[in-house]
Amino acid sequence: MSFFKKLKEKFTQQSDAVTDKFKQGLTKTRDSFTGRVNDLVARYRKVDEDFFEELEEILFQADVGYETVEQLIEELKMEVKRKNIQDPVQVQSVISEKLVDIYESKGDSNPALNIQEEGLTVILFVGVNGVGKTTTIGKLAHQLKEEGKKVILAAGDTFRAGAIEQLEVWGDRAGVEVIKQAAGSDPAAVMFDALQAAKARGADVLICDTAGRLQNKVNLMKELEKVKRVIEREVPGAPHEVLLVLDATTGQNALNQAKTFKEATNVSGIVLSKLDGTAKGGIVLAIRNELEIPVKFVGLGEKMDDLQVFDPEKYVYGLFANLIDKEPEEYSAPE
Amino acid sequence: MAFESLADRLQNTFQRIRGKGKVNEADVKEMMREVRLALLEADVNFKVVKDFVKKVSERAVGQEVLKSLSPGQQVIKVVQEELTELMGGEQSKIAVSSRPPTVIMMVGLQGAGKTTTTGKLANLLRKKYNRKPLLVAADIYRPAAIKQLETLGKQLDFPVFSLGDQVSPVEIARQAIAKAKEEHHDYVLIDTAGRLHVDEELMGELKEIQELSSPDEIFLVVDAMTGQDAVNVAQSFNEQLGLTGVVLTKLDGDTRGGAALSIRAVTKTPIKFVGMGEKMDALEPFHPERMASRILGMGDVLTLIEKAQANVDADKAKELEQKMRTMSFTFDDFLEQLGQVRSMGPLDDLLKMLPGANKMKGLNNISIDEKQIGRVEAIIKSMTSNEKEQPEIINAGRRKRIAKGSGTTIQEVNRLLKQFEDMKKMMKQMTNMQKGKKKGFKFPFM
Ligand SMILES: Nc1nc2c(ncn2[C@@H]2O[C@H](COP(=O)(O)OP(=O)(O)OP(=O)(O)O)[C@@H](O)[C@H]2O)c(=O)[nH]1
Ligand SMILES: Nc1nc2c(ncn2[C@@H]2O[C@H](COP(=O)(O)OP(=O)(O)O)[C@@H](O)[C@H]2O)c(=O)[nH]1
Ligand SMILES: [Mg+2]
Ligand SMILES: [Mg+2]
Repeated sequence: MSFFKKLKEKFTQQSDAVTDKFKQGLTKTRDSFTGRVNDLVARYRKVDEDFFEELEEILFQADVGYETVEQLIEELKMEVKRKNIQDPVQVQSVISEKLVDIYESKGDSNPALNIQEEGLTVILFVGVNGVGKTTTIGKLAHQLKEEGKKVILAAGDTFRAGAIEQLEVWGDRAGVEVIKQAAGSDPAAVMFDALQAAKARGADVLICDTAGRLQNKVNLMKELEKVKRVIEREVPGAPHEVLLVLDATTGQNALNQAKTFKEATNVSGIVLSKLDGTAKGGIVLAIRNELEIPVKFVGLGEKMDDLQVFDPEKYVYGLFANLIDKEPEEYSAPE
Repeated sequence: MAFESLADRLQNTFQRIRGKGKVNEADVKEMMREVRLALLEADVNFKVVKDFVKKVSERAVGQEVLKSLSPGQQVIKVVQEELTELMGGEQSKIAVSSRPPTVIMMVGLQGAGKTTTTGKLANLLRKKYNRKPLLVAADIYRPAAIKQLETLGKQLDFPVFSLGDQVSPVEIARQAIAKAKEEHHDYVLIDTAGRLHVDEELMGELKEIQELSSPDEIFLVVDAMTGQDAVNVAQSFNEQLGLTGVVLTKLDGDTRGGAALSIRAVTKTPIKFVGMGEKMDALEPFHPERMASRILGMGDVLTLIEKAQANVDADKAKELEQKMRTMSFTFDDFLEQLGQVRSMGPLDDLLKMLPGANKMKGLNNISIDEKQIGRVEAIIKSMTSNEKEQPEIINAGRRKRIAKGSGTTIQEVNRLLKQFEDMKKMMKQMTNMQKGKKKGFKFPFM
């Protein structure tokens, strides 16, 4: 059975609410999925240069990035030669397997959060401006609370207008407490307060919001390191997770983001947000390939339950489903 | 490796081809692969890249390059020209309605920077055109979005119109415009909620706002880090609303910003402004040529020079630039510029704007601890004029003397000499790029 069929089967068999969410994001594509795969494949009777070029473009369009794509196509060509594959259908399955392979062969791919059995777990959120940190915190707080955990949020973005109020709304929605100080105060001081409060109240999880910052701003990255040091000092072993939020619409710069934030805060996982749009966030494959950071969650909307645990197979399915389903329109350069 | 500049790449390709005396079509093809790679790495949409490369190849093969004695430079020239043309001219004018108020709608994806840009735009309208805008909080979905705009309004001292988050954005827009007329605001800036371009319901809402307010401008706000999807987003918003301009935000980051090219190509709408920071004065006109060289990875020398001019007096900056070019930069100049250069911002940031600087190994050595600058000054002041002009002559004995004279250590003197040497090397790299100019082609930043 082809890899795509396998994926599809796996996909359609699951019918829990969570999977439905994921499906919604792909509704239009799902129905005609098989048909389109056949289409693509039917157009090519032979596995030739043109075929590879089209595959290459499918991957480019998903923001997978030049190097990863080239590497993948290279390996694929070798495989095709080695196995003497003539039929495009077979290549299709090989490439999907390779993609999942790339993902799973690199270090720990377990998306589960490192939640302490006993005592306080601290989760720090980092990322550039506007990617979805605060929203994801709201969603995660809701999820953890549903699991019966006592959750507290720390309003560590003291810079952006309305950021504290935004987190407070999410605190209300999820029904968890928010520790804050006035706008403009030192984020490290807010963290200190929040850590004391979390310990005093016997919280299970403290989730820390931080202001968005571009990774090339040296001073802001230093500020973030300081926030992390306060956490390390107050709770031994903390932060237990440092989650970097990446916007799925981001292109190659996401790799720079991952590198720099990893250097500064030792990122332990990625949240790929806004995957409910048409962007695919393919750069996470390159990030995984180079930096070995696992993706832990994907964001699929702006509501409280729009957060889902990352599944590489589903992800690869999504990567191709949309691309194969939608014939890209022609763009032409202006005269 | 990932972000080598196109100029460097073509250079490498040429080193390989040069031995052959003349280039042929296959060579051009190889060069085009480099162009394609550079653009893809910069996030230009692959279809736009394809069309672009096709066009450039045609021109290249159409003799222009084949005949040239310096085909590498010729290719860059063609690429540069086509790119700049594609990017369009400079257009940072804002519409003025003959029947005030002029209405501007801000639209875009979630987190793109609409609210921030609304504040910046109001600030610009007042500063540059002496206008009195009314800000309208029409994002009723994102938690505390209204509060965000109100805070910015308060900071800048602009009135913000809001009806809370229980009234529809369409109704908010309607009442806001009525109020603006009543109170004689000449501009109305409507901050709408971020939405996906495929969200039919919410896109419909924007159309309703558009119908009732007949905006004079509809600005699509786009994150400069956007990847391949930029074309889909821009095309959808444009088809459904008819954009009048684009604002590219977060260009203060280190993204190459190829989305700019993709968006231009599909919407044919001018990019009017760029966001250069989170503060309210960080909005600048869009410079197509600068963007073109940024996408090609050729450094942002113009920005550097402009920064210098804003902080240093103009003649001095010119002189410095000249000296950098002719390599007659001495320790005296170094000393003189040190203070002024420091006022431009962290030195590391400045150095990163130089072309090729991102791949210069010496760059780490150059990073100067700002606190050490006093000591650096002392060292330079302890040099003789000869030493300042020809640092090569500073031997062990002289180093010892200088260290003693400045109350520093020989190590520190050595380090400074090394840094200075690295800096000159970097300038040399710039100068090498300049040589191309003499042979008949022009970089956008010259
Ligand atoms: N469609 C969609 N929108 C999202 C998702 N996650 C967040 N958003 C939206 O993206 C915008 C920015 O989200 P925030 O959570 O404020 O992002 P942030 O990283 O905290 O932003 P700053 O604090 O400003 O740096 C908001 O409008 C969110 O509603 C997602 O998964 N899908
Ligand atoms: N560094 C930087 N940050 C920006 C810029 N423009 C907006 N931002 C930040 O991006 C985030 C999202 O901006 P916001 O205006 O709330 O976006 P909206 O959701 O489109 O209204 C905020 O953290 C802003 O401070 C910019 O030009 N540079
Ligand atoms: Mg936030
Ligand atoms: Mg907003």
